[in-house]
Amino acid sequence: MAQNASARLTGRPGWQRLWSDERTRGLIYQLLVVLGLALVVAFIVSNTIANLQRAGLASGFGFLFDQAFFDINQRLIEYSSTSTFGRALIVGMLNTVLVSAMGIVAATAIGFVAGILRLSPNFLLSRMVGAYVEITRNVPLLLQIIFWWVLLSGLPKVRDSLSIGDSVFLSNRGVRLPAPLFEPGFEWVAGAALAGIVAAVFVARWARRRQEISGQRFPVGWAGLALIAGLPVLVYLSAGSPLAWDVPEPTRFNFRGGFNVTPELVALWIALSTYTGAFISEIVRAGILSVSKGQTEAAGALGLRPGQTMRLVVIPQALRVIIPPLTSQYLNLTKNSSLAIAIGYQDLVSIGGTILNQSGQALEVVGIWMVVYLGLSLLTSMFMNWYNRKIALVER
Amino acid sequence: MADATPDATPDAAPAAAGDPTQEYRRIITIEGLNKWFGSFHVLRDIDLIVERQEKIVICGPSGSGKSTLIRCINRLEDHQEGRIVIDGTELTHDLKNIDTIRREVGMVFQQFNLFPHLTVLENLCIAPIWVRKTPRDEAEALAHRYLERVKIPEQVDKYPGQLSGGQQQRVAIARSLCMQPNIMLFDEPTSALDPEMIKEVLDVMVDLAESGMTMLVVTHEMGFASQVADRVIFMDQGQIVEQNTPSEFFNNPQSDRTKLFLSQILDK
Amino acid sequence: MTVQPFHRSQADMVPERAAPVTTVGVIGWLRTNLFSSWINAAFTLIALYLLWLIVPALIDWAFVNADIAGDNRFACKSSGACWAWVDQRIDQFLYGFYTAEQTWRVDVAVLLLIPALAPLLFEGVPFARQLRWFSLAYPVVASFLLVGGIGLEGVPTDQFGGFMLNLTVGLAGIVLSLPIGILLALGRRSRLPIIRMLCIGFIEIVRGVPLITLLFVSNIILPIFLPPDVTVDSLIRVIVMVTAFASAYMAEVIRGGLQAIPRGQYEAAQALGLRYWQSMGLIVLPQALKISIPGIVNTFIGLFKDTTLVIIIGLFDILGIGNAMVAHPDWQGLSTEAYVFIALFFFVACFSMSRYSIHLEKRLDTERRY
Repeated sequence: MAQNASARLTGRPGWQRLWSDERTRGLIYQLLVVLGLALVVAFIVSNTIANLQRAGLASGFGFLFDQAFFDINQRLIEYSSTSTFGRALIVGMLNTVLVSAMGIVAATAIGFVAGILRLSPNFLLSRMVGAYVEITRNVPLLLQIIFWWVLLSGLPKVRDSLSIGDSVFLSNRGVRLPAPLFEPGFEWVAGAALAGIVAAVFVARWARRRQEISGQRFPVGWAGLALIAGLPVLVYLSAGSPLAWDVPEPTRFNFRGGFNVTPELVALWIALSTYTGAFISEIVRAGILSVSKGQTEAAGALGLRPGQTMRLVVIPQALRVIIPPLTSQYLNLTKNSSLAIAIGYQDLVSIGGTILNQSGQALEVVGIWMVVYLGLSLLTSMFMNWYNRKIALVER
Repeated sequence: MADATPDATPDAAPAAAGDPTQEYRRIITIEGLNKWFGSFHVLRDIDLIVERQEKIVICGPSGSGKSTLIRCINRLEDHQEGRIVIDGTELTHDLKNIDTIRREVGMVFQQFNLFPHLTVLENLCIAPIWVRKTPRDEAEALAHRYLERVKIPEQVDKYPGQLSGGQQQRVAIARSLCMQPNIMLFDEPTSALDPEMIKEVLDVMVDLAESGMTMLVVTHEMGFASQVADRVIFMDQGQIVEQNTPSEFFNNPQSDRTKLFLSQILDK
Repeated sequence: MTVQPFHRSQADMVPERAAPVTTVGVIGWLRTNLFSSWINAAFTLIALYLLWLIVPALIDWAFVNADIAGDNRFACKSSGACWAWVDQRIDQFLYGFYTAEQTWRVDVAVLLLIPALAPLLFEGVPFARQLRWFSLAYPVVASFLLVGGIGLEGVPTDQFGGFMLNLTVGLAGIVLSLPIGILLALGRRSRLPIIRMLCIGFIEIVRGVPLITLLFVSNIILPIFLPPDVTVDSLIRVIVMVTAFASAYMAEVIRGGLQAIPRGQYEAAQALGLRYWQSMGLIVLPQALKISIPGIVNTFIGLFKDTTLVIIIGLFDILGIGNAMVAHPDWQGLSTEAYVFIALFFFVACFSMSRYSIHLEKRLDTERRY
């Protein structure tokens, strides 16, 4: 039909007809864009090849198996200066994941507490939280990271380190914590903890079903607490306390025992969580405010107590508003953890930078950065989408 | 218009037809029109011929495809099968033809769709200036004339948000008229209005009808239909179920669907 | 049930009485805001205690016990802050290494920002129509002032530094990213699949990676991509990458604005015969951009704070100058002073911008309601 119609449009040259047809015009536009892009890419590729040849660099990922001659003091897996570049990058990636995960947990906690406190009827309290939010939000994160790091480096030397209960020590070397030593039999305790959690979930489900059927309530909170906390404690005691602590001991220059959290990690962690926490608190506040007052009043009129109103009416509705921007804050935090390079916390970017300087494989390193960060972004948003869907279902 | 006619010469053009005057009188020809939204068959085998200066009222239950039909006429929706020829220009994927037809056909929406960031005068002048390339002072003179005609000359410097619904809809009518179209489409022009404002808009439409404009009006205002329409078309399930003169349509409906629809409408 | 008839004569009407002292005035305010319950009272006391700990100490440190004169840190003898460096270093903090006799040009460029921004950000500015032309010309005027050229002594961009560098990179990034962001947002909503995919790809990739990696690209990768004999000014390279970065965020802000425009606006424009670019330029974008302004301001706040990242690739913005000063033997160890000072600059700028954006959001909200 359409062909008939355009065939009937005689009297105009063919190219004009093509140009005035909305479909072919769209194709022409796209072709031009692709062509332009192809030219740019060709230009870049030819330049790159010429530049790399001049610099005598081979492209490719073979360098990942070369030895990295540098040390990494903050690591989650085995690594030494005889390990490969590839392993160094993995160490860096794990460090990125570590500080991001720690930051996300702390920022969420700070953000929810601050967001709720900011809505408190207490004038002083809400203003003080407001001051925290505005100060951290409106000062560059990089400045805050450096500030905390300098502050931590200004802590006393090991000899005069500040201690909390003689087991946690703060010094310019970072935070020294007691390390747990697991003795045989501890696996039973871990098993009991797991069993307690599973049992608590089942009890909660059973209690809800029972309430739906019979209306009788069951003290889920206390029972859950007993199962989750009580069961492992019982097993722990009956297995003869199979856990000891390797408590650090300050010596003249360093500590003996315990495990160390570097000042870089602590500074980065504090800065990332307070900064992102401020943003999250605004999101939480907006989320709670988005639930209209009528909802609270209606719940009150139905006889729900304030706690129940919050739990059953306000929070489920607020979460729907909170979660999408919360996701992007988590992603921001993960990306912002790359500022680690400024204070020498060895994350993916920082280690990548070192490798880049040593091997000259700029394209490959930058490519790896981008792929990893895009992958992390994708994972986080997939998880949050899944969670969001779950909440939407629960709500219905 | 004139520049496009020689290229786009559909069968309906005078040269190809037997009776030139009759062919000339046809301003809209729709043949075998079919349209789907996804898998939903929204328009089914529509055939419709509209003559110059004819006033047609289209009614039917919601979802019957009546809005889609008139939105196809100025290509706010494209169709998958059939032909639409407007005043000798066929609607195809050809952008020149689409431009020609849109210049020829004015449209008034249920939600007015005035441009809220522009004053009434700017709303009226924007299309003449940018589409018809009319000089600004000419366009403004035209705008004042049509505002006069819809009886709100004093609102010329206001913003749409400052006007009542009825006034907004009258500005919207004037805005379409400023393009000096040969055909006016109305998509439920009074449905979004408060009852006391419906009459002022209908009055303007009646006035327009009396001036000889070709009009296709989707509406449930049966009073307007019997006063103005040459023909009433009843649509249901994407097809034309019945058409007749207003008096026959209201007093002597043939199809059961029409009877049911009328009984529901007139109960209100 | 029997009805007791009742009526009140004018003389019997109950006169208005003042509210009990416990609900109005200072006492009422204290009761509702600070001591409405036991928990609340406890919070109030804790808050007061914290304030009592922090505020006097802070004032002591910053003002009372502070030293403000001297040539180096050894001149600072008291226990509080040492502000002696401000007098000597303020020019560096503001202008970096910009030729000292020419810094008036930076001042003029900053002052000219006021008439350039006023007609865009506020309503009811006199001569708004004429001033908008100036707003359009401002980037050219400002670059001319800063870089020099015809009639003005040239200042090489490697002399740009301090807060002026933050302003330059931030403003250039936002100005350049606005048109690109508009195009990307339109492209993302285009019905042409290849264009749509390319725009989505660009936006999502840029938003998915940290700005630092892009700055590394500007520093290391961009030279590899260009012909060997071409060298691009490092400030320009930074601005290019910052612009690319900001465009992706800008595109999403503007896409939000576009989505808020009802379909009827597009349809009415089409029905009147306006072409795609006409209906975008005349009808849709003016409305979409207006509601995007708060988002654009917020993007700018973020970008402005991020301009401190240039220190990582070796430029000396205000933070870089601060770091350098703290490392200098004369002023070693004055990091708290330096960072607080720098933080103040950003706080004043960003806080006022975010207040403005909140105010605008509220105004747009009420406008939309009518």
